[in-house]
Amino acid sequence: MSDMQDYKSSLSDASSRKFETFSYLPTMNDDQIRKQIEYIVSKGWNPGIEHCEPENAFQNYWYMWKLPMFGETDVDAILAECAACHKAHPKNHVRLMGFDNYAQSAGASMVIYHGKAV
Amino acid sequence: MAKTYNAGVKEYRETYWEPDYTIKETDILACFKITPQEGVPREEVAAAVAAESSTGTWTTVWTDLLTDLDYYKGRAYAIEDVPGDDTCFYAFVAYPIDLFEEGSVVNVLTSLVGNVFGFKALRALRLEDIRFPVAYVMTCNGPPQGIQVERDIMNKYGRPLLGCTIKPKLGLSAKNYGRACYEGLRGGLDFTKDDENVNSQPFMRWRHRFDFVMEAILKAEAETGERKGHYLNVTAPSADEMMQRAEYAKEIGAPIIMHDYLTGGLSANTQLARWCQDNGMLLHIHRAMHAVLDRNPHHGIHFRVLTKILRLSGGDHLHSGTVVGKLEGDRDATLGWIDIMRDSFIKEDRTRGIFFDQDWGSMPGVLPVASGGIHVWHMPALVSIFGDDSVLQFGGGTLGHPWGNAAGAAANRVAVEACVQARNEGRELEKEGKDILTNAAKNSPELGAAMETWKEIKFEFDTVDKLDVSHK
Repeated sequence: MSDMQDYKSSLSDASSRKFETFSYLPTMNDDQIRKQIEYIVSKGWNPGIEHCEPENAFQNYWYMWKLPMFGETDVDAILAECAACHKAHPKNHVRLMGFDNYAQSAGASMVIYHGKAV
Repeated sequence: MAKTYNAGVKEYRETYWEPDYTIKETDILACFKITPQEGVPREEVAAAVAAESSTGTWTTVWTDLLTDLDYYKGRAYAIEDVPGDDTCFYAFVAYPIDLFEEGSVVNVLTSLVGNVFGFKALRALRLEDIRFPVAYVMTCNGPPQGIQVERDIMNKYGRPLLGCTIKPKLGLSAKNYGRACYEGLRGGLDFTKDDENVNSQPFMRWRHRFDFVMEAILKAEAETGERKGHYLNVTAPSADEMMQRAEYAKEIGAPIIMHDYLTGGLSANTQLARWCQDNGMLLHIHRAMHAVLDRNPHHGIHFRVLTKILRLSGGDHLHSGTVVGKLEGDRDATLGWIDIMRDSFIKEDRTRGIFFDQDWGSMPGVLPVASGGIHVWHMPALVSIFGDDSVLQFGGGTLGHPWGNAAGAAANRVAVEACVQARNEGRELEKEGKDILTNAAKNSPELGAAMETWKEIKFEFDTVDKLDVSHK
């Protein structure tokens, strides 16, 4: 049993909370975020940013950061908006979305800045 | 000019073979693979199949003249060689839409794969494909929710969903069973699943199972902050009992239930799917018995037909085979029926066994479920083959982890996310899979242990039912 690991997760340990896609991977660095934005742009999806207090993260509707960036393909401009949202709401989770208007669904959704989990 | 009545037996081809027929947009088209008895001309056998699956019988009857048979009859309109197989040929048959009750795949199958399959002039018969005209598609209810709605209900975007069938498939008590579900869900799965044979046996009646599993879902949701579900199997001895179980699943707040559409029956399935649509429930469909119908290359019903039948009858998930796991499924053919499940328009493509264009109109799509003998090492290939709109389901590949279900679930979750991240970055999953997983395991001891456990397991038997593409 000595080499078997306990699975650390509990109701009382806030670090057990996850945030759907990519939340089981290490937090992305700027270069990795850039590549995901490039992917969203290459698919022709509309990038968007949403944020939320950690205690309300289970809800469907997070706060939109401005409007989705319809037609925006400049990766630096999108990255700058992500950073601006995080700066304005440092305690909130910030997620990057790629809206696929043909599927009427998000083709991509990932939390890129984490607030303090509750 | 009115026809006169002549009693007796006519050759089928006089009435049912029409090579000059112009296909109507509203016709239901079928492609049969026919293995005739020796000495019977192809046109005669093809016409016989068209006749016996539509208006005809073996002799002329006077009541034929009371109707407009030319309007109602099915007709064989084309014959083709089967590449690489001289024992059989393809026959294409067109049926007028009036022959079938609206919204009833039951009625369509009763005609197309009814008595004709026991016809003596045939040694074997296989229904390869059906083209459902959009006019008929629109009379069917289809998937209760569809792929986009499921993503919204479950809050899963930009990746395949992850599931796990609870094992041992039979014999656990309800409380132990719920434990197995809870461990998988808290480790990072989106869904756990009842095995198809789990209905309501003496060792675990359905109602206890539903209660314990629901507690597992709710606790895992609170713990992880993510949405979770379990396919509660409502397949039952009668449709009344099936509906009773479905109603209770809804009452306790379960998001998804499950049905076996072939053993449970298509009428029951259609009834359940319509109820799910009205009650906001997702419906997972298992396909027990399909291999009895679809595995023999010369006789039966191809799975792409069973796929279309299910999409019309209704279901949000359907097992599709994995290509890489323990169960049968040629890669190109599998890609063909995955498209049939998900896309709104599928072009004829013989290299993937698709004989007709198929337009689904506004009918939602079905998520293909890859399940059966798969583990973390298969993940790069699975993400590459199936893409995001799929459920990847690891039973033994979750529960068999040396540290238990939660660790097994976490290993698969890390692996699928690492593969999606790498794919989005433009990397080639099937080439660089080992690298991608090895790198991800640096931050996940659970994944590392899973990779160590299953490193030698492969399933490399040859496929029995191959596409007919090799010319002699």
